[in-house]
Amino acid sequence: MDQIEQANSEPSGGLGIGAYIARHIREYGLLFALIAIMLFFQIVTGGTLLKPVNITNLFLQNSYIIIMALGMLLVIVGGNIDLSVGSVMGFIGAFAAVLIVSMDLPVAVAIPACLVMGMAIGAVQGYFVAYWKIPSFIVTLAGMLVFRGLSLWLLEGQSIGPFPKSFQALSTGFIADPFGVGRPNMLALAVGVAAVVLLVWLGLRARSRDARYGIEGEPLGLFVLRNAIVAVALLFVTWKLAWFRGLPNVLLSMVILTIIYVFVTERTTLGRRVYAVGGNSKAAKLSGIRTERLTFLTFVNMGLLAALAGLVFAARLNTATPKAGFAVELDVIAAVFIGGASMSGGSGKIIGAVVGAFIMGVMNNGMSILGIGIDYQQVIKGLVLLAAVFFDVYNKNKEA
Amino acid sequence: MTTLLEMRNITKTFPGVKALDDVSIAVRDGEIHAICGENGAGKSTLMKVLSGVYPAGSYEGEIVYDGAAAEFRDIRDSEDRGIIIIHQELALVPLLSIAENIYLGNERAQSGVINWQETFQQTEGLLKKVGLREAPGTLVDSLGVGKQQLVEIAKALSKNVRLLILDEPTAALSESDSQALLDLLLELKAQGVTSIIISHKLNEVKRVADSVTVIRDGATISTIDARGGDLTEDRIVRDMVGRDMAHRFPDRTRRAGEVLFELKNWNVRHPEHRDRQMIRDLSMHVRAGEVVGIAGLMGSGRTELAMSVFGRSYGRDISGEVLIHGKPADVSSVDRAIAAGLAYVTEDRKSLGLILEETIQRNTSLANLGAVAKNGVVEDFRETEVAEKYRRDLNIRTPSVFQKVMNLSGGNQQKVVLAKWLFTEPEVLILDEPTRGIDVGAKYEIYGIINELSAAGKAVIMISSEMPELLGMSDRIYVMNEGSFVGELNADEASQERIMSLIVRE
Repeated sequence: MDQIEQANSEPSGGLGIGAYIARHIREYGLLFALIAIMLFFQIVTGGTLLKPVNITNLFLQNSYIIIMALGMLLVIVGGNIDLSVGSVMGFIGAFAAVLIVSMDLPVAVAIPACLVMGMAIGAVQGYFVAYWKIPSFIVTLAGMLVFRGLSLWLLEGQSIGPFPKSFQALSTGFIADPFGVGRPNMLALAVGVAAVVLLVWLGLRARSRDARYGIEGEPLGLFVLRNAIVAVALLFVTWKLAWFRGLPNVLLSMVILTIIYVFVTERTTLGRRVYAVGGNSKAAKLSGIRTERLTFLTFVNMGLLAALAGLVFAARLNTATPKAGFAVELDVIAAVFIGGASMSGGSGKIIGAVVGAFIMGVMNNGMSILGIGIDYQQVIKGLVLLAAVFFDVYNKNKEA
Repeated sequence: MTTLLEMRNITKTFPGVKALDDVSIAVRDGEIHAICGENGAGKSTLMKVLSGVYPAGSYEGEIVYDGAAAEFRDIRDSEDRGIIIIHQELALVPLLSIAENIYLGNERAQSGVINWQETFQQTEGLLKKVGLREAPGTLVDSLGVGKQQLVEIAKALSKNVRLLILDEPTAALSESDSQALLDLLLELKAQGVTSIIISHKLNEVKRVADSVTVIRDGATISTIDARGGDLTEDRIVRDMVGRDMAHRFPDRTRRAGEVLFELKNWNVRHPEHRDRQMIRDLSMHVRAGEVVGIAGLMGSGRTELAMSVFGRSYGRDISGEVLIHGKPADVSSVDRAIAAGLAYVTEDRKSLGLILEETIQRNTSLANLGAVAKNGVVEDFRETEVAEKYRRDLNIRTPSVFQKVMNLSGGNQQKVVLAKWLFTEPEVLILDEPTRGIDVGAKYEIYGIINELSAAGKAVIMISSEMPELLGMSDRIYVMNEGSFVGELNADEASQERIMSLIVRE
């Protein structure tokens, strides 16, 4: 430890851009990886990847993974894992189909019922993990089997559909353009511009506050460059969307959910305590934090989001199938780890998980366009996951 | 007497930092050589150079061992030559038996098949040598720290040790276990084993060491020959901190006020073995502005008492009454105990006190996050202000409060734990081994903080295994044994002998 203590007693501040990037290599590496993967597939697919219709598809196809990655991040940060989310997602899709199609219940009743069901499932699993201290791996492995079986039973091995239009709108609907221009969709463009302005404003505000409190922030050049890349990407995507059918409903819900979860994890006492529990649950408990309750809540939250993902997925396929959600938990968990969360809990970011999910999504989509077989796709995704985590561990070792 | 080991002009540089600057040390064959120095002085780095953790070529200078230049490439290399290092954090596998641990990586085996009979027989011999009366098949998990330390030494002996290096061997041991360990070192010396012992406990150094090398800021300050008789604790302290410390404890004026904290007929049972009564009908009180010490051997129930009071964090079937300012206080969960004005600085700061991967700022606010938040939203600028305030007040040495606490030295980590609890504005502070494993300078600072707290009218309860500290700091001392108090001494009548005799008499 001696050398670490001394290395850290060096005066900080006045760091160059290179040194700053080196210290935050994980965050920047992730962003560059996403850009590199997108450029790669844009080129090898001959420009298909970034066509307006495909960008729209990218969001629609990956929405359920992103939605669940938000919850999974909290579960993993809290020091647990949830293997059941794919099965729960499939089960809720089946449940919705039975309620809406078979029992003819109104959509406005069925959706809340499904979300409550999801929370109840999360609560049961969370109860065993939090209050009985059964490892989450085992509890949710059991849940994975149980809910896979229950969705088969609900659907009696058949697919149920189609859903009414109002339910499909959850996923495949587009937000009406109040400007009524048609193409390009003015609302999409306006939202893109507004988002860029908002992001830059928030960034500048945080910078000025950091400066006021003497917090060492990102060098100015890097701040400008990073924001420029994000702004160009945002404007590019909204421009493309504007030339197809505008903003998909599901994109809006994803963005809103992401903002909520970023806020909860980074700014609220609740979020901070989840990190504390994952970082050192004994110390957290002896600091007056109700660790069991927090663990329980992360699972309830996960159940809610898995239910939402199940609804979105069923709405997009317009049918509930017994295979829905099969092995999806692996994509979700991979997205969170690619996004930089630590297996032992206590660290990881929402934005990381979302970018991780996009990396998985772009690879899925790009490889499908290229007609690469599902066999090779699995191999490549596995290797990317390993590479991302190796990169993490490698950097950590270099630091120490 | 010949020289067994000589390290000459060792310089070890890390990017931007010189951890060792021209350090030389000579160890004679068959002696016990102590290395003293504050945390961060470079002791551990020096031992890592010696044992090959930092391989030859990664440092400057030379090592002469047993009459020949030594260039160790890794730990195996140095172990082959009989240099064995026992680290402060013991490296035993808890769920393996003593015998399995001793021969781990060095199995008594023929073509990969372990000869258990030989393993157990040889283990028995080794255990006899170190004076540990346990069966070789006992799981290490079921042994106390003191016994585990002995297993480590037995393991070293199994490798035909010539030079045994012990890093803070008694830091986690009780008084009697420490004594036994030191006796063992002297016995090994008689059998021709040379030892290097790194220690903060100067009375122990004085007791066993033949010579002492003091290291400060990566350089050798002095080498003192203890056999000449010019070794005094003050001399070592002076060399370690570079200043004369006339007083090891800051002066405190005693002004006890009203009774602030009271415990009545407290009973606690073991969480798993219900028939074991851990705390037996115990009562105590602490006045405002008073520092009350709790003395006792390891296992006497001191930590169990503190944890059971602090939100029932230990034990079951807890009965009894806690009064604060004469009124019954609800301490049935940790958050309620904190709200009632209690704070508990844990014995083990790394695993129970801190979130090592988090920043100083976030550790400081952890137990009172609500105070820097509005409607559940943390206002991080206020949080920074709080952390900065405690950094100044407690003199936490760090470039910034955004530093992860894992990068701090033990003394500074302990100050962060104190900061966390001071921020909850407690009335009653229970400090469990508040200065364990931290250096002399930082200890002095912590004592100063304790005095300030009592001057501000808080009630302080201090649990400590270091008798001089208890005697130097407490206004009153409860002596604990087997779950109850066996005596109560005022500062002016307390002495190490009286405390020990109270414990032994029971």
